[in-house]
Amino acid sequence: MNKTALISTLKKFSKQYLPCIIVTVFFIICQIMISANAMPRTTKSMLIPVCVYIVMAVSLNLTVGISGELSLGHAGFMSIGAFTGVVMATYSREVFGFSQPLQLIFALVIGGIMAGIMGFLIGIPVLRLRGDYLAIVTLAFGEIIRNILNCIYISLEGKDLHFGFNNNTLPGTQIMRGPTGVTGVKTISTFTAGFLLVLFTLIVVINLVHSRSGRAIMAIRDNRIAAESVGLNVTGYKLLAFVSSAVLAGMGGALFGLNYAVTSPSNFSFNASILILVYVVLGGIGNITGSVIAAAILYILPEELRSFNDYRMLAYAVVLIAVMLITNNAKIKNFINNLLKKNDEKGGETV
Amino acid sequence: MTEITKRRSDTKMVEYPSRSIVPERDIDKCPVLECRHLGIEFGGLKAVDDFNLTIGPTEIAGLIGPNGAGKTTVFNLLTKVYQPTHGMVMVDGKDTAGMNTIQASKLGLARTFQNIRLFSQMSVEDNVRIGLHNQIAYNTASGILRLPGFWKGEKKQHEKALELLSIFNMQDMANVKAGSLPYGAQRRLEILRALATSPKLLLLDEPAAGMNPKETEELMDTIIKIRNDFQIAIMLIEHDMNLVMGICEGICVLNFGKVIAKGTAEEIQNNPEVIEAYLGKQKEEA
Ligand SMILES: Nc1ncnc2c1ncn2[C@@H]1O[C@H](COP(=O)(O)OP(=O)(O)OP(=O)(O)O)[C@@H](O)[C@H]1O
Ligand SMILES: [Mg+2]
Repeated sequence: MNKTALISTLKKFSKQYLPCIIVTVFFIICQIMISANAMPRTTKSMLIPVCVYIVMAVSLNLTVGISGELSLGHAGFMSIGAFTGVVMATYSREVFGFSQPLQLIFALVIGGIMAGIMGFLIGIPVLRLRGDYLAIVTLAFGEIIRNILNCIYISLEGKDLHFGFNNNTLPGTQIMRGPTGVTGVKTISTFTAGFLLVLFTLIVVINLVHSRSGRAIMAIRDNRIAAESVGLNVTGYKLLAFVSSAVLAGMGGALFGLNYAVTSPSNFSFNASILILVYVVLGGIGNITGSVIAAAILYILPEELRSFNDYRMLAYAVVLIAVMLITNNAKIKNFINNLLKKNDEKGGETV
Repeated sequence: MTEITKRRSDTKMVEYPSRSIVPERDIDKCPVLECRHLGIEFGGLKAVDDFNLTIGPTEIAGLIGPNGAGKTTVFNLLTKVYQPTHGMVMVDGKDTAGMNTIQASKLGLARTFQNIRLFSQMSVEDNVRIGLHNQIAYNTASGILRLPGFWKGEKKQHEKALELLSIFNMQDMANVKAGSLPYGAQRRLEILRALATSPKLLLLDEPAAGMNPKETEELMDTIIKIRNDFQIAIMLIEHDMNLVMGICEGICVLNFGKVIAKGTAEEIQNNPEVIEAYLGKQKEEA
């Protein structure tokens, strides 16, 4: 009696947190391969970006899939996180003398907060409206923020940060230089940090979805009029989803910025936003596990396929279709679901 | 039909100003709903015009009339889906001018929809839980961090949701996707979701539409049971005259946006204008 209850709780738990389990297993496998020197260097260099893109895809899925609002400027939030993160990491190293892990945490937190504030400012006017205005506004936001970043110069002199707009004669050591972006960045991102950020993102999103607020967000997506009729604060919950998504994207961006010696605003173009959206759509809208798998496969594959040269794009197209079929196919979904709940009492779902 | 219905059929919906003459058993309480000269125009078309109505705190009221008479529009005005262009609505003694749907809900109005509006991707239980959203609350942070507030709130919501589902004997369907329920069950679920918001006045838009006679019979008993157990007022729009005449203590007839009659089932059935505009036609159709 008690044992069956325990087993069913465990099943429910493992079903809810399936993406966390998958990610952890892969992390352990990768760590074993790394310590055994069995991982090619090119693959190893992709581990952190893969983590970043998983975070980006899962956080975008919160807006697109769970909240049902189309966002076309997710890379914009990523860029805010990236540049804020780099500046904050440098600042905390030079001024506070933080150790590397602390620098990273500081950069992620401030990067996330800045992106969240931006999301809030965009969301407040737009999410009050009915209709797909968010798509248009986020599209514009992505472009505008990139052009603004192209003009921003930041330097550190002693304990002071100097900001300049189109002014490259700031005193002290330059951190950010307009269109060149940030150069000579100390790459403090680690695979473990990436894994932890992915885990953090997944837990936040999954816990949100399976709570009172998450249900409200999905109810508003399913039927706005009915949601209002039972007294749900529609704008508030849409904003909650959008801002959370922006915060997570900002954190992903910070990890991204601190993984490369050079990052420039042009890294975060419209194409980057669309790429993330492609991961979400192909992984299945609203399907968190799908986002994780799609982001990982679709990021790694084109790189790995370079050796095939001519057939590269052909193979990529085939994989796109395969991922779409696997993550959205009802039969395969059922098959996986059945595997997960094989021993659950049968017939519970008949009406 | 139950004893209660027969016994109560002598109470009746009364005209404004009503405070002194609300149905007898409610005489010491203020009415839950008062509409005064309520009206709305859609580009010149007076969909509802000079609508006056008072409902006591535990009354079951009926709103009937031919297709396009403006019945659903009255519900939309009460719940602030539309803002009235004329007149006022008082809920539980408070003026609702300038409020939105969400505020109207918090004031104690809950409704179902003529064309069902469930959260079809969500489970039956979750649909009811959405109704409980403002009743059993905990904040987002304790949800994400899984603090004690989350576990307590979830447990309470779960228990309350199952208790509500048991009204229509739907506990076994708790985990079924709402969109895959049969039609009648979807209508019942909508009633439960509305009931979960602890309303003072429950508005049901054609609750028996698409139900078979046996289901309708059960629905009638359940509506009375809901009123008695929850001590709330219920106003319903319905084309099924058996249901309306059977359980409504006061009936209001709309035609072309105007009230043409108000009274008990008996009075309405014998009103020549109502027979002319609505009831007579029904007999011809049958
Ligand atoms: N948003 C709107 N804009 C313009 N006209 C409207 C609007 N809503 C309702 N109407 C009109 O108001 C009138 C009343 O419609 P309503 O839906 O209230 O009728 P009803 O009594 O509920 O009919 P039924 O029994 O068919 O449900 C109709 O003529 C309809 O066309
Ligand atoms: Mg109608």
